[in-house]
Amino acid sequence: MSEAQRKDTPEQAEFRKYCQDWLAENHPGRPPVKLPQGALELSDPAALEWLQKWQKSAYDAGLIGCDYPVEVGGGGKDNCQDIANFEMQKAKTPYLPNIIGMGMAAPTVFFHAQDEVKAELLPKLLSGEHIWCQGFSEPGAGSDLANAQTFAERDGDNWIINGHKVWTSLAHFAEWMILLARTSKDDKYNGLSYFVVPIRENLDKGVTVRPLIKMTGETGFNEVLFDNVVLNDRYRLDDVGAGWKVAMTTLAHERGAGPIVTPSSGGMSLEEDESAQTSSVYALIDLAKQQARNGKTAADDPLIRDELMKMMIRSESFKQNQRRANVPPLVDHPMRIPLQFKLVATEFAQDLQQVAYEIEGAASSLYANDENAPASGRWPLAYMNSFGVTIAAGANEVQRNILGERVLGMPKSK
Amino acid sequence: MSEQPKNFGFGEDETMLRDSAQKFFADNCSPDKIHSQVAHDPTIHRDIECIWDKNLWQQIVELGWTAVCVPEEAGGIGMPLVAAVAIAEEAGKAAFPSPLISTYAATFALKACGTAAAKAALGDIAGGTATTLAITNEKGSWESADTDVTVEGGKLSGTAYFVQDAKKADRFIVSAKGANGIGLYQVEASAEHLNLIADGIIDLTRDQAHIEFSGTDCVEVAAEGAGDVALDAAMPSILTIVSADMVGAGEWLLQTTTEYAKTRVQFDRPLGFFQAVKHPLVNVMLDIDRTKSLVYNAACSIDSGEDDTELNARMAKAQASEMAVFSSSRAVQFHGGIGFTWECYVHIFFKRQMHNHVLYGDAKYHRAKLADIVIGKAA
Repeated sequence: MSEAQRKDTPEQAEFRKYCQDWLAENHPGRPPVKLPQGALELSDPAALEWLQKWQKSAYDAGLIGCDYPVEVGGGGKDNCQDIANFEMQKAKTPYLPNIIGMGMAAPTVFFHAQDEVKAELLPKLLSGEHIWCQGFSEPGAGSDLANAQTFAERDGDNWIINGHKVWTSLAHFAEWMILLARTSKDDKYNGLSYFVVPIRENLDKGVTVRPLIKMTGETGFNEVLFDNVVLNDRYRLDDVGAGWKVAMTTLAHERGAGPIVTPSSGGMSLEEDESAQTSSVYALIDLAKQQARNGKTAADDPLIRDELMKMMIRSESFKQNQRRANVPPLVDHPMRIPLQFKLVATEFAQDLQQVAYEIEGAASSLYANDENAPASGRWPLAYMNSFGVTIAAGANEVQRNILGERVLGMPKSK
Repeated sequence: MSEQPKNFGFGEDETMLRDSAQKFFADNCSPDKIHSQVAHDPTIHRDIECIWDKNLWQQIVELGWTAVCVPEEAGGIGMPLVAAVAIAEEAGKAAFPSPLISTYAATFALKACGTAAAKAALGDIAGGTATTLAITNEKGSWESADTDVTVEGGKLSGTAYFVQDAKKADRFIVSAKGANGIGLYQVEASAEHLNLIADGIIDLTRDQAHIEFSGTDCVEVAAEGAGDVALDAAMPSILTIVSADMVGAGEWLLQTTTEYAKTRVQFDRPLGFFQAVKHPLVNVMLDIDRTKSLVYNAACSIDSGEDDTELNARMAKAQASEMAVFSSSRAVQFHGGIGFTWECYVHIFFKRQMHNHVLYGDAKYHRAKLADIVIGKAA
């Protein structure tokens, strides 16, 4: 019996058993098409369709959204989502496609929308039928999110929206967007309001979704342009001018620090696990054993060995920090370790992939389009892509501000 | 290989012990007191002194701290290594001048000997006999087979170097080479034909010496051929306990420097407003947290009887050494002009960290050892 099971209430124990039985019968099996590493990289409509079918079946069975009230399409249970997540992970299920919908949009809609809007939007969000995306960042509002300039102007019962959102993952599939927009130019923070926008039905009514091409040459996310898009006022969340406060609900849940547990499945190994091959120090050691350096293999070079061991120690310390974060007497501030995870994990991967350049030597110049590229060119590709995550979700410079201010108590740098 | 407990084996007893250590150091070992005690003479050619409070040693013996890692059958308490790690961390945070860490190191070596004489010596430690290892040669090698001391006919000759807390110790555990290999030998500090020459060291919170043996009587605790084996077996625990002391000292440096960054105003702002100060202090915190988790993992793997204890302990010490240099250098730098002075307490911890940095091997040394384990010896 696992530690998690010992703490179950009778309701939770019954639910856990139900999840286990359902998963034993209804696991979707292997995907018919190649899946990317995560939902944010979805580009093949066939892959999306298969994953949406999986999410819908798990939702219909009550494993997704179980802690939301019945009136908004949830299961009406208490503290059961964690159990469903644990059991889905254990059963090695595929991941859920509507990741931004469940992790960011759903709790925000739930805490800030009118009741009939919640009942309208949340069932198809939780079932995965409607994919959601996030309209926060803009060309002039990245780390300084409150500088958003996309403008919503009041027009009777409607708002007229004009502006430009960027880095919008999943927008090419999304029905809905959570949107942070300016409703007043007089006040930076209190001039923001928060909306939900049906972007798909507005594609020929002023919404344009265009892919953004990454420095690697790959597509992965989009920019979304608003040109006099008309939105009914019922899709405003909370008060006019309360957008920043509402956005904090979104961001708290994005960091896993909000009151609602995000439904998540996963655990299924993908056929070619390319990300594991460029985020593991052991993969890098294998690479070093194959590459030559100064007349020996790179793995015999003392400086390369030192770099490899530095990375191994960082990798192990990350794992042990995750372990220690759950031991209260060994943690002096509850957020001290959790707030480090994003920063430390993304910088670890970036540095690891940079060492690969040195190990590959001259051959690191070869890209994915060259058949002689070591490891199919995946290390330099991963290195370039690593900047996506050291920048996204609050650049690591902002993460250091957060740690310095919230954990160490130093004055705010603004 | 047994499954490791999720909480590193850090249960209620360990928490209580740690809390009582915190209280003990708060009551008896404030930075003010340490500074006035050990830093009374700043002159560079000052007399070599060994400064410590023997009364406090007596108190911690009565609290059972020297018995924590001594097995029950040898007269100790027999707690897991994580318990001693918790005490060592608090001792480091207080820059506690005492032979405690050295006595723990000797405890681990004696536990690995498995002889009746070693068991008796462990009982003495539980009763408060300060004991330290004399296992290093003139070149400062950390290899267990390297010693400049020889044994013949039950008598020791030659010199042991870099002996930690030597003037505070009642007893030495000496590694010596005989006809059949390296053995370990117990020598009383009061023995005849023993000449202790104190080293002038930078760290104000400990003492160090080299010890000349000239036909000195000794008691064998590990036979020839078994001494280096025992030291190798004890080394993961030794590295872990020293690293724990470094975690504590690092945390003191972080908290003290952060407090200064909140109160010291320049350019009309507290220093901590400036990201040139804030971000490196966050990096110090990241470094301390990495180290602390690796230290508890190393201790727990030793307590769980795992077979990768050497790997875990070398990772902990390599990371601790990096952290020690970084935490102490940033503390001096961010205290600015005052941080460069003798009157500021930062140098006490800076010096303890830099001493620990190289003690039992620095980061590069341990990473080279780790590479041999993980990658295999270089061709």
